[in-house]
Amino acid sequence: MERLLVVSSSPHIHSPLETPKIMGWVLAALAPAGLAGVYFFGLRAAAVMAVCVASCVFFEYLWEKLTKRPVTVSDLSAAVTGLLLAYNLPPTIPFWMAAAGSAFAIIIVKQMYGGLGANFVNPALAARAAMLTSWPVPMTTWTLDGVSGATPLALIKMGAVDKLPSLQNLFIGNIGGCIGETSAIALLIGFGILLAKDIIKWQIPVIYVATVAVLCTVYGRPVGPVYEVLTGGLLLGAIFMATDYTTSPITVKGQMIFAAGCGLLTALIRTWGGYPEGVSYSILIMNLVVPLIDRFTKPHIFGEVKKNG
Amino acid sequence: MRLPTFWGGIHPPQNKDLTVNEEIESYLPTGELVFPMAQNIGAPCSPVVAKGDRVLVGTRVGNNDAFVSAPILSSVSGTVKEVAMRMTTPGLFENCVVVENDGLYELAPEWKPLENYESADPKEYIKRVRDAGIVGFGGATFPAAVKLSPPPTAKIKWLIINGVECEPYLNCDNRLMLEETDKILKGLRLMLRLFPGAEGVIAIENNKPAAIAAMNDAIVKGGFNNMTVQPLMVKYPQGAEKMLIEAITGQEYPLSKLPADVGCIIFNVRTTHQIYEAIVEGKPAVERIVTVTGDAIARPKNIKTPLGTCVRELIELAGGFREQPVKILSGGPMMGTSMRSIDVPVVKGTSGILALTANSAMLRPITACLHCGRCVTACPMGLVPSALDPLVHARLYDRFEQEGGMNCIECGSCTYMCPANRPLTQGCRDGKASVNAMRRKAAAK
Repeated sequence: MERLLVVSSSPHIHSPLETPKIMGWVLAALAPAGLAGVYFFGLRAAAVMAVCVASCVFFEYLWEKLTKRPVTVSDLSAAVTGLLLAYNLPPTIPFWMAAAGSAFAIIIVKQMYGGLGANFVNPALAARAAMLTSWPVPMTTWTLDGVSGATPLALIKMGAVDKLPSLQNLFIGNIGGCIGETSAIALLIGFGILLAKDIIKWQIPVIYVATVAVLCTVYGRPVGPVYEVLTGGLLLGAIFMATDYTTSPITVKGQMIFAAGCGLLTALIRTWGGYPEGVSYSILIMNLVVPLIDRFTKPHIFGEVKKNG
Repeated sequence: MRLPTFWGGIHPPQNKDLTVNEEIESYLPTGELVFPMAQNIGAPCSPVVAKGDRVLVGTRVGNNDAFVSAPILSSVSGTVKEVAMRMTTPGLFENCVVVENDGLYELAPEWKPLENYESADPKEYIKRVRDAGIVGFGGATFPAAVKLSPPPTAKIKWLIINGVECEPYLNCDNRLMLEETDKILKGLRLMLRLFPGAEGVIAIENNKPAAIAAMNDAIVKGGFNNMTVQPLMVKYPQGAEKMLIEAITGQEYPLSKLPADVGCIIFNVRTTHQIYEAIVEGKPAVERIVTVTGDAIARPKNIKTPLGTCVRELIELAGGFREQPVKILSGGPMMGTSMRSIDVPVVKGTSGILALTANSAMLRPITACLHCGRCVTACPMGLVPSALDPLVHARLYDRFEQEGGMNCIECGSCTYMCPANRPLTQGCRDGKASVNAMRRKAAAK
């Protein structure tokens, strides 16, 4: 019988939280925002989500088969990327563009750099940025069946402050925008799920959002901090994109610096940038700084006098 | 009130309820007993008996005169059957003295209580502790007499009795604190004679309220001076030397220093208990308390057994297996050694025998690192295990040292937390071993 004993290095027990479970909880936390998107934008939104998730999983499977690597689609990370990408697209986006964006996210941004955990920018955001430069008009067309026009941030940019939707509509999500970003309440429910399940820590979202609120007010934007926080992709980005493990710093101290940097850039782009929204680009830029932040925010080694850097 | 503790750490499930109410049972084996010659950190012993010699309980069967060493004594009376290579806990074949037990358990005549032990020169204790073969019974097996002889420059302010027992499943220290409270405190009082300025601190994790209460009661009833019980937050690895010192004294100290350099001496409760028995009762340290437990064991128990007993006998005593185990460990699940055979002897470092089913051993495939930072948050030493592991794989040992890899205490917290099941602790262990090997090679040149 002892022939069957496993001999291995300690420890011999393990926390039950595994990668697929983490990804599963992220999907669960994303669900409220998806439901809100379908509620406000109709079944077209659901179709876009389905296309993105299915193509992300398909391209991951295809790439891993072609390159003869172990197939890892069951870790659900491709599904998370797909859903996040869909949430960053307008509900009117042509399906083939959504699929092309998914291919870019998975093959170019994720797999070519080594797959899960090895990409240096967030795949969904990078794909969104690529799509925005490739197809600027479809990517910023918000009208669906005649409902909802320009996004609140675009209205602020145009100086049409009197046409802005009410705070209440902003909070529940009855406004123009990307599929998953409009309903603040749904995103906050997701934040609660991620915190309760210990998937993410509070620091990145809270510091990111707080920095944007404070700086936008300081910079003299017309709508006030609460309105700033609830508009655009800020909550979606702060809760689900900036907290991406692979592309955010590994220590809590580093994460705080990262979040403040994201906030600073977002406020700058919103106030002075040519494009109304700054969340995606801010996070992408800060993703590139992560290795540097990691280097300068190493934890204090027990018993060692702190050296410079 | 927030209880003292250390930075980092994890909260694995305790699973102590399997044996927490099992009183310590004594077991006297028959047949042969096996005494490996390497049973302490430091210099291993060499056999000092030969085939056919008659030995008694407390007869020296192995010895080494090096300072950091402890003799090995027979735990039974009988005849030396052979001196030969036998399999030991890590699955290696080591030099062992094998004694055929006569079942009489006759004590060697030199073992008598130390006369007038309360007024005797406390230096006598140190000799007695060494002769009794006492090592750290928490599992680290550092010779106790060496700890009692710190360099004269060290000013000892705290004598810490480690009753933390932070490894899941194990209960031998907890049971001992309940059943032999007075002996532990008296052992501490004897050692405080060696360090008159020191304060005795009994450190116990807050998940052992009965032990804390028993210790507090006994201190009051027995009028023990300069002793306090310090409940600590329940967090693994609270019982690790550095973490315990941090929790109790607030001090951190670098890799190059020893507890004595920061004014601390730490003894496990069982070590303290054995020191008392050796000095006051004239008993050599030839037994150990072993928690035999795990979800594959039919009737988990705490057993006091002579050193050299075959692990298989203890498992049989605990009812055998109720389910097929996939792993059998010597020690706890976080730091224990997995065994390839249960036909190995109980040694001084055997703190528990743990048989895990596939369900609790959670053998799972290794997947890609997510950079989630859970290992960083868990590491009590402030390391970044996810960065150290790739350095070891790339054989960048200089970088491994620069990044603090040698500070790893191998507590297992990082691996426990890793959602990708990466064996990070093993990476650090390999890295440390390689660096040490290179240092030895460099020193030999």
